[in-house]
Amino acid sequence: MNATERRIKVLLGKPGLDGHDQGAKVVARAMMDAGFEVIYTGLRQTPEQIARIALEEDVDVISLSSMAGSHIPFCRKLKPLLEANGLTDKLWVIGGNLPAQDHAALRELGFKGIFPSGSKLDAITEFIRSNVK
Amino acid sequence: MNAPQKPTMKKVINESGIEVKPLYTAEDVAASGGMAMVGEPGAYPFTRGIHREMYRKQPWTMRQYAGFGNPADTNQRFKYLIANGQTGLNVAFDLPTQIGLDSDDPLAEGEIGRVGMSIDTLRDFEIAFDGIDLKKITVSLTINGAAAILIAMYLAMAEKRGYDIKELRGTAQNDILKEFIGRGTWIFPVEPSIRLVGDTIEYCATHAPKYTPVSVCGYHIRESGATPAQEIAYAFCIAKAYADDAIRRGLPVDEFAGRLSYNFNIFGNIFEQVCKFRAGRGLWAKIMKEEYGAEKPSSMWLRMIAAGGGGGLTFEQPEVNIVRGAYYALISALSGTQTMALCSYDEAYTIPTEYSARISLRTMQLLIEEMGLTETVDPLAGSFYVETMTNEMRKKMEEIMAEVDAQGGIVKMVAEGTIQAKVSAQAYGMQRKIESGEFPKVGVNCYRNEQEEDHPVEFHPYNEDDARVQIESLKRIRAERDNKAVDAALTRLRGDAAAGRNVMPALVEAVKAYASVGEMTRELVNVFGRYQEPIRF
Repeated sequence: MNATERRIKVLLGKPGLDGHDQGAKVVARAMMDAGFEVIYTGLRQTPEQIARIALEEDVDVISLSSMAGSHIPFCRKLKPLLEANGLTDKLWVIGGNLPAQDHAALRELGFKGIFPSGSKLDAITEFIRSNVK
Repeated sequence: MNAPQKPTMKKVINESGIEVKPLYTAEDVAASGGMAMVGEPGAYPFTRGIHREMYRKQPWTMRQYAGFGNPADTNQRFKYLIANGQTGLNVAFDLPTQIGLDSDDPLAEGEIGRVGMSIDTLRDFEIAFDGIDLKKITVSLTINGAAAILIAMYLAMAEKRGYDIKELRGTAQNDILKEFIGRGTWIFPVEPSIRLVGDTIEYCATHAPKYTPVSVCGYHIRESGATPAQEIAYAFCIAKAYADDAIRRGLPVDEFAGRLSYNFNIFGNIFEQVCKFRAGRGLWAKIMKEEYGAEKPSSMWLRMIAAGGGGGLTFEQPEVNIVRGAYYALISALSGTQTMALCSYDEAYTIPTEYSARISLRTMQLLIEEMGLTETVDPLAGSFYVETMTNEMRKKMEEIMAEVDAQGGIVKMVAEGTIQAKVSAQAYGMQRKIESGEFPKVGVNCYRNEQEEDHPVEFHPYNEDDARVQIESLKRIRAERDNKAVDAALTRLRGDAAAGRNVMPALVEAVKAYASVGEMTRELVNVFGRYQEPIRF
């Protein structure tokens, strides 16, 4: 990263009630090592909280880590809130336990980056670097 | 197909940080402290096992984690597992139940019955355990934040069914300190959370003396990034925090210590794991005897479930996880565990199907019926390697416990998030080692399938209708129950919580009046407040 390049700012959220945050914290560290500024929300964020933090922190990337299967209902609630807050030009990314059969629905809901379990850390950070406008 | 390149005689350091030599002799045993801590099975310091005859008398209990949807769905799965030879139950609750929310709470939407069964009131427990003989099948409740409530509910259900609570066996996980480190189903701040654990220990010591109110979990700390030695050491620090609370209440150590148990993890190096358990048994016995002045042998016993952990299983080539599970079960048997469970091969993807749960069960049954693992106690004893590594693992655990003490103790470290930061840094380091190939993982960084994988995993279906049924049932109970009795019990609960009295009697009264998990939790939150997570990683 050269000195004039703006630092990429990422919101990393833990949606819903799931408490499995080992993966989210590992990804947060990888993002920091990649030179990104990371706002990690901690556990149990509602769609409203995620949208509010994304707006207030003026992030480039809105990323979620979901392990307990409630990603589709959560993202269905999140999408209109992000839209209402004018956050459609941000990069939306989701990772975690995401069955292949849900990927099309997540894309449909506006998530450009989908990183199921087994994804490489560098693949996540490289995707973000090359897709942030 | 590329095997990891291993130059011969490269220095090998196990995950716990101990060098592994290519050869061990009697001299290594002597240099590591000798055989002083080995002893005999069933006798202090219990390194070789807590019972003299171990599996000759009774094989390990098999207790697969199970639960989903409504109580009726879960009751069917329980009966399926029992019909297939499972000897104990380990109950999975959904996330709303685990963090004290009713099914009709807006925050519960989309999560009802998803990762476990949904429980709102005593009625749900009556359905979930209907037709199951609670004397024959012991039940373990995987519940932490809301544990005091669910223990009260379990005791009330059993009493209603005519069981003598004084004779009732069973276990609750009820280890809140590890929830702050990993797993995350906390509700109240750290101090009142420990107090609630103390309330359950104190209550059970008198009213349900054969019930195990706490199962301290190294398991999830290991999943969060701890080494095997840290797993045991941190769990012991946590158990001591609960024991100290009980002693501050004036309970003699021999009145509660025998009812503490442990939940540990198995993945990684076979010998490191076996030695971890042998070392842990000796160390716990020593702590209870020397630091706490326990006199009853059962107070010194490290009773445990040693479970094949999800942390070792892979998303890639999931069928290979069946083989991993078989090795984990072997380790568990060689370690002298009381109870065994395995994550099923599909658990990186989904809740296990009946098919995958049955494979796990059969894996454990093979060891009993075909492989001779129940015939002889602690069969690895006397091996130069095993005895040396057991001594070295024990020393390593003692060092880690001393470090925790030097940093102000486990409660302070958990409250400030320093343990969380430490294990998460380690998890990141391990993930980088796996991605670079430095730490071999079959199917992940070596022996990968060249073509796109055809995962033979069948997803457990999530029934959206379960939530509607559960909410309707809760509404019906609220309409039918004696709401005056509920209000009186909740008022008593609030009063007892605020006055620092043991809340268990009030919880039992509230549960019997069909108060809901969410209603009881709200009363406690009003007194204790909610935990604010330190964002440390």
